[in-house]
Amino acid sequence: MCGIAGLIHRGKSSNVGEELQNMLQALKHRGPDSTGYALYANNDGKNFILRFKVGENVGEGSTSVNEDESVYDERKKIVDKKLLELGSNILKEEKLTPYSYRYEIKIDKDLMDFSKAIESIENVEILSIGKSLELIKDLGDATAVSERYGLNKVKGTHGIGHARMATESGVDIKSAHPFWGYPFADVSVVHNGQLTNYWNNRRVLENKGMRFMSECDSELIAVFLAEKMRNGATLEEGMRESLTGLDGVFTYFVATKDSLGMAKDTMAAKPLVLYESDDLVAMGSEEIAIRSILPQEIDTYDPFDGEVKVWQT
Amino acid sequence: MANLKTEQKKTKAQSMGMHTEVLTGKTQQKFFNPDEAENFFYWGTHDVDFNKRTDLDVKDMDCKEANKKIDELMGQGYGTIVIKNPQGKHSLGVGILNKLNLIFEGSLGYFGVGSIDGPIVRINGRVGWSCAENMMAGKVVIEKNAGSCFGAAIRGGDLICKGSVGARTGIDQKGGTIIVGGDAGAFTGFMMQRGRIVILGDVGINLGDSMYDGTIYVGGKIGSFGSDAVESPMTKSDMEWLKRKLKVAEIGESFNLNKITKVVAGKKLWNYDALEPTEKKGAI
Repeated sequence: MCGIAGLIHRGKSSNVGEELQNMLQALKHRGPDSTGYALYANNDGKNFILRFKVGENVGEGSTSVNEDESVYDERKKIVDKKLLELGSNILKEEKLTPYSYRYEIKIDKDLMDFSKAIESIENVEILSIGKSLELIKDLGDATAVSERYGLNKVKGTHGIGHARMATESGVDIKSAHPFWGYPFADVSVVHNGQLTNYWNNRRVLENKGMRFMSECDSELIAVFLAEKMRNGATLEEGMRESLTGLDGVFTYFVATKDSLGMAKDTMAAKPLVLYESDDLVAMGSEEIAIRSILPQEIDTYDPFDGEVKVWQT
Repeated sequence: MANLKTEQKKTKAQSMGMHTEVLTGKTQQKFFNPDEAENFFYWGTHDVDFNKRTDLDVKDMDCKEANKKIDELMGQGYGTIVIKNPQGKHSLGVGILNKLNLIFEGSLGYFGVGSIDGPIVRINGRVGWSCAENMMAGKVVIEKNAGSCFGAAIRGGDLICKGSVGARTGIDQKGGTIIVGGDAGAFTGFMMQRGRIVILGDVGINLGDSMYDGTIYVGGKIGSFGSDAVESPMTKSDMEWLKRKLKVAEIGESFNLNKITKVVAGKKLWNYDALEPTEKKGAI
């Protein structure tokens, strides 16, 4: 059991960081291990935002191997050197925790080549690349992660988030959601459910050059959709193909720079409650997530089995 | 009830800190004599007066506090309780075992009004998953939509949703009636054993999958039939029952009953022992 939440403001921006924090905190009981946010912020859109980690959070509850913090600094230096080699200027640099960074950079290379080069450094993982996507995930509940990264001040149009109860893989950042839709800028995915044809799909996709960073089954959705889009499918077409291409039970959200989508498996085994109005769409695993930002009486509904929906900002 | 004692010799599990209670005595050993009036006492019930009415704002309460407060109000004889600001909270109004007019001004989360036996409930909003699970008797009317597993394992009473419902409506239903004014999702009537389900709109795939018995009426399109669910001709008594029931349910009174498809169990699955193995295989 995990909790997922998402919202999209149509035609305006809002305090999406705070809103998503409230929604995910309301779902804490569904997933206390880690929390992740994919926020689409009001950045100027000129440069890429690169979020990456050079190690794991080894705090309470973590299943990661303890490392001396000095190795994080060494890895960061190697990343900086690699960026220079790739011709990417670092315009702004922020150290958010001992193990995670946010860079504003220029990237002239193909994003897949760029990502492969950066991730060739041992224990370095790109969390996201995009011009508006700010992907943050860490151990702890929604409030703890938001406070650690200062997310409740982030303004933007939309976002998706995840409160994780680890079942298929470890309690660590690499297995936490959201997953970046590598190698596409500004694509992210969160998932509630279990995928039963993970390894079959993973072998096929890896043979096609796609990359997996964890052994979390949910990562497959991001890679599956990315591969479809790489071959020319639209986001919605990719999502519709996922209903038959992915086996198991799932409700997932996917977000891009200007859209938010949801898909539900053909057995409707995983919950989702949806609120839709002209200027806001909000959805979550339970209605209390929506009520945390819309306490007034509203009309909500459960999307049906096999349903796919996409909304634009 | 078994006695729960805390001052007993520790078991191995307790010495490891796994739990601290000891179950002693026999359970389920109370025998009832119907001639003795006191044996008709139904634990957890209250005598209430429908004309005694009160409001309860649960905005700042969790579900446990809210349910306890409802119980206290019933204990004071209130027979009509209006719940304000339920705000999608889970498990509200569960385990009410007596007559009561219970009105929710807003929406409920998961497991709303579960295991009830007798109250008349009106929800002026939406309900989440597993509304009225294991309901024994009474009537529940939901003005808007409902989530999945609507009326799971109900044994009696009328459960009515004026909007649409999610997947697995009436799963494991053992009696009573579920009526839906809108559409229903996949696996409606999954493994149902008795009772009736009426869906006036469309239903998803695998309708009545592995149903043992009972009847499903569908007014719209059917995504697909599940294993061993078969169409059956509508009878005059079906029509009369539907007409009466839809009227009582305040829903679809003017619905054209000629559009209804009746679905029942083909009774060829493994649980029907008289069948030959080849017949069982054919049913799947």
